[in-house]
Amino acid sequence: MKNLQDRSVDMGEFVAMPDDDLIICRCEEITKGEIRRAVHDGMTSLIEIKRYLRSGMGLCQGQTCAKLVRAVVAAECKASPAQFELAQPRSPARPIEMRTFANEE
Amino acid sequence: MNNSADVIIIGGGVIGCSTAYNLAKQGVSCLVLEKYEIGHGGSSRNGGGVRQSARDVRELPLAMYGVKNLWPTLSEELGADVEYCQKGNLRLGKTEKHMEILRGLSGNSAKAGLDVWMVSGEEAREICPYMSDEVIGASYCPTDGHANPMMTTLAFFRRARQLGVRFITGESVLSIEKIRGKARRVITDQSVYEAETIVIATGYESRGIASSVGIDIPMKKVLLEALVTEEQPRMFDQMLGTAEADFYGHQSKHGSFVFGGSSGIEDYTIDTENSVTTPITAPCICRGIIKYFPILQNAKIVRTWAGWIDETADKVPVISRVSEVPGLVIAAGFTGHGFGISPIVGLLVSELAIGKETTLDLSEFTYDRFKAKM
Repeated sequence: MKNLQDRSVDMGEFVAMPDDDLIICRCEEITKGEIRRAVHDGMTSLIEIKRYLRSGMGLCQGQTCAKLVRAVVAAECKASPAQFELAQPRSPARPIEMRTFANEE
Repeated sequence: MNNSADVIIIGGGVIGCSTAYNLAKQGVSCLVLEKYEIGHGGSSRNGGGVRQSARDVRELPLAMYGVKNLWPTLSEELGADVEYCQKGNLRLGKTEKHMEILRGLSGNSAKAGLDVWMVSGEEAREICPYMSDEVIGASYCPTDGHANPMMTTLAFFRRARQLGVRFITGESVLSIEKIRGKARRVITDQSVYEAETIVIATGYESRGIASSVGIDIPMKKVLLEALVTEEQPRMFDQMLGTAEADFYGHQSKHGSFVFGGSSGIEDYTIDTENSVTTPITAPCICRGIIKYFPILQNAKIVRTWAGWIDETADKVPVISRVSEVPGLVIAAGFTGHGFGISPIVGLLVSELAIGKETTLDLSEFTYDRFKAKM
């Protein structure tokens, strides 16, 4: 198991890749390159990546991209994806109008 | 790796990260221990207010110092956009009783030197045209604003890390141990760390950790919830609140609206260690919002979340050295209004930690000020 708890471990230089423009989170249009850069900024837990970049905060709430983001982060950390806990799902399961949500009936 | 540092900070929230950044800037070696991930607690769950109005007058000098000297240049200083927006705060009222509360709050702040005044319903609608005609007046503080709390916390973390601060996440602090009468060792579930000074900044959990060296801070946990809408057209820039504090929030730079609030019955219904949302609170917040901003009734909620507030017995924080335990500093109990003062608190706590004279007077925030009523 790779030690991901000590956050001061040097990630090495960020090296640009040809597919860095690839969109991973399509709701918020976050690219692979942005996610890889965030890892080099120290964000190595998936919830931190989400809060730092907004990946998984759009309409689908990460239902499409959560595992893709995890794969990119794990590869950048040279660790197994199984070591990364997915960000906690939040209610509601689908976007819902405020007036419907507010309904007491 | 070396398990010692000049200062150990327990808690990787916005207060801990801001303190770490300020220590690193002064060349002090610093280690931060966090049980979950950076900004797990209130730091990522609050409404993002950078507000001076309606604060306790004891806290006002901190808030005013931060707004004047630190927030305007924070993004530049940290090299990351914290989305600070200084376009004022409106605290709204719909009844004469509300107006009385607002006059009281703004009167106290104005007496303490803050530029805040009352406006009529029409004037409030001129500042923010989307509110309902039911609003009959508001208090207005033009120098208030809001920022993105998640980005602020992570920006302090990122910059502190670049300056050499060591962060360890996923380790739970069990206790502090004294050596020769002085706080010295931090025992976690996985290791032991040593420092000259130990800072506790873990929200409500500070209480359990401080109790391992015999200190108790009168504090309780209060659950609040927040919600966020899908992206909306740009409507307003102000931070908003209400006289009865039934909800508060703003439109973020991204375009989504972020609102926080409570149902008023959480204290008596929540029976869990975890901060989880309930089916009662977010709908209640929505009803509050729609009454003030009917235009938002068709906006879709995409996400809700809950978080604990660390509420002290007198509702202002403890930012203090502990005289019985030399080498211990406590920064906790921010009672739901810590985010807006986090940049200045980080500076002040760093000064406490290295025994420097503090930039602002902290005598109102001592750990031992809580007394029985008779």
